[in-house]
Amino acid sequence: MDKGMKTRWISLYVENQVGVLSKISGLFSGKSYNLDSLTVGTTEDPTVSRMTIATVSDDETFEQIKKQLNRMVEVIKVIDFTDVFVRMKEILYIKVRKCSPADKVELFQIAETFKARVIDYGKDSLLLEFVQTATKNDAVVKLIKEEFKNIEVVRGGSVGIESISMMER
Amino acid sequence: MRQITGNKLLVKALKEEGVTTLFGYPGACTIDISDELYRQSGIDIILPRHEQALVHEADAYARTTGKVGVCLVTSGPGATNLVTGLATANYDSVPLVCFTGQVARHLIGNDAFQEVDIVGITRSITKYGVTVRNREDLGRIIKEAFYIARTGRPGPVLIDLPKDVMAELGSAEYPKNVNIRGYKPNTSVHMGQLKKALKMLQKAKNPLFLAGGGVNIANANEIFTSVVEKTQIPVVTTVMGRGAISTKHPLFIGNLGMHGAYAANMAVTNCDLLFSIGTRFNDRITGKLHEFAPNAQIVHIDIDTASISRNIHVDVPIVADAKEAITKMAEYVTECNTKKWRAEIDAWKNEHPLTMKNRPLMGPLDIFNEINKQFDKVIIVTDVGQHQMLTSQFVDITENRKLVMSGGLGTMGYGLPGAIGAQIGNPGTPVISISGDGGMQMNIQELATAVLEELPIINCIFNNTYLGMVRQWQKLFYGKRYSMTNLRSGALSRRTDGQEYPKYTPDFIKLAESYGAKGIRVTSREEIAAAFEEARKSTRVPTVIEFIIDPEEMVYPMVKPGGTLADLIMDC
Repeated sequence: MDKGMKTRWISLYVENQVGVLSKISGLFSGKSYNLDSLTVGTTEDPTVSRMTIATVSDDETFEQIKKQLNRMVEVIKVIDFTDVFVRMKEILYIKVRKCSPADKVELFQIAETFKARVIDYGKDSLLLEFVQTATKNDAVVKLIKEEFKNIEVVRGGSVGIESISMMER
Repeated sequence: MRQITGNKLLVKALKEEGVTTLFGYPGACTIDISDELYRQSGIDIILPRHEQALVHEADAYARTTGKVGVCLVTSGPGATNLVTGLATANYDSVPLVCFTGQVARHLIGNDAFQEVDIVGITRSITKYGVTVRNREDLGRIIKEAFYIARTGRPGPVLIDLPKDVMAELGSAEYPKNVNIRGYKPNTSVHMGQLKKALKMLQKAKNPLFLAGGGVNIANANEIFTSVVEKTQIPVVTTVMGRGAISTKHPLFIGNLGMHGAYAANMAVTNCDLLFSIGTRFNDRITGKLHEFAPNAQIVHIDIDTASISRNIHVDVPIVADAKEAITKMAEYVTECNTKKWRAEIDAWKNEHPLTMKNRPLMGPLDIFNEINKQFDKVIIVTDVGQHQMLTSQFVDITENRKLVMSGGLGTMGYGLPGAIGAQIGNPGTPVISISGDGGMQMNIQELATAVLEELPIINCIFNNTYLGMVRQWQKLFYGKRYSMTNLRSGALSRRTDGQEYPKYTPDFIKLAESYGAKGIRVTSREEIAAAFEEARKSTRVPTVIEFIIDPEEMVYPMVKPGGTLADLIMDC
């Protein structure tokens, strides 16, 4: 059944209009497509927004998702990130409370290892900021959950852009 | 520069789009538009009795004229009553532009009187929907709406009009051109793909054409018929594709699918190339998916990329308008040697011809035979259920005979309003609606519209006192437990534990007469011809002919639920 079931990425140019986000997310819920992550923001052109979407699907469903997105009037362009070199990052904040001095030392070490930044500091709390791939963020969240109890996690969802091609370099 | 209100611009836009007929129902949020229409003459306004019927009427008007159907309803309940009709039009690719009133912008979101988020509600059942938030966008949005509705795969578009936007003064210009960056419908045919498909066609031993509703929508019937004749390849159609080639044509086999002809389903199962045009391989036509056309390579031409390779795997996909593609095909095709294959199909036809058992009582087939005999040119509109499937099996559809029905959504209550829309769009053509007694009552109030519009529609009610299609399933698969399907059940049958039932209600003849229509009840075979002759005499008054039908009448053949196309129940 699950022919080629895996996470896939799509980048989408859409009209920056009221209701477009609802229409895109409605397509996924209405047709029972998985929607793992969706981010949206305006582009250099304020009338255009760009979305980065992650979906776990098989080959056939993924083809269908792209077609369904393409036929929407508000969708300007669909880019399949599957076979493209892309730069993709997700922002992750983790606040840890009730830290002992030893905890803090460990958190600084984690930050160092994962190239995170400690962006806020309290008497017994720390706030960490990670900007890395979603997969690495998964690993960090897992690690910190195992080590610390009083944590608060906020993730931004991935944004991606195609790399500069060899031709242009 | 001259400035006009949004209401004025809307009416101007309708005229520039060539709209001559508008289906409308008024309300507080559209009263200014009504007023503007009153002042500027030139558009016929049809006032139905319910917004659901209204949108079906616009839908059938569009299906039978090729024009865009236009609806105008008020906010709130007026708008929500469109929902079923929009979904109906969306599934059957019917071009509609529906204007809904909306409360003034400062009230939106306040749960104001008669406020609903109709664009949100209908997002998944329209091709496009938008609320006009700025007066300066109004002209462009209307222009785009008509363009989106009628191009590509046609469909319904909804425009929500806040009352204050429409009252605002703004430019009197209605744009001439459309440029939507996210919407560029495909028009050209990929010749490489088409030639590849035609090569396969020439090589095939048992090739078969499958024509869907797309062939009818594209008006490709004539050119399709010439391709069929040139190649000598037999044809099956979906219910919506019926008439793609005359059903009397010797190369036409029948409908395929759940109630398809035996020979048609066998042809699909045994063909080695299925050349399909304008169909989305709906579950009602494929039966068990992975045993659909098991021996065939499949070519699929469709205007909608998303319809290709969704339900079944396609070997050669071609995204194109059916008429464009078939016209190109006509240039290249040559005769295929299908003699042996056709003989095989004829043998299936003889083995299980499509017919109904002869019964002592009057049956649907007697009525269809009479319709086939008496009407050379006709538009047949059906409701949904047994009578619909039987119509799709037995009524001849030729160059001059058109079939209209809710195929994709299967909307009960479509028949009568559908006939009204068809007759309004085709004043000179006889229109027959065929409904069950259940579906007829879902929009029966439209008899008033038919009478007031002086439409000589012939409304045939097949009255078997049951919701027949569900009953058929109950008879075959649910041990004859007729739960919720007896239209005479109520307090009396509950009280007597199903031993007693009252007389059928309503009396359709009296009901028709109370509306000012003619009513004829037919209880025997001998009365059928005279009833139609009587109805045909009427040129300005609708007729209701109630046929009393045996509830035990069934639609055969029937694919068993979950079965393959070859797995047919022929008769009990």
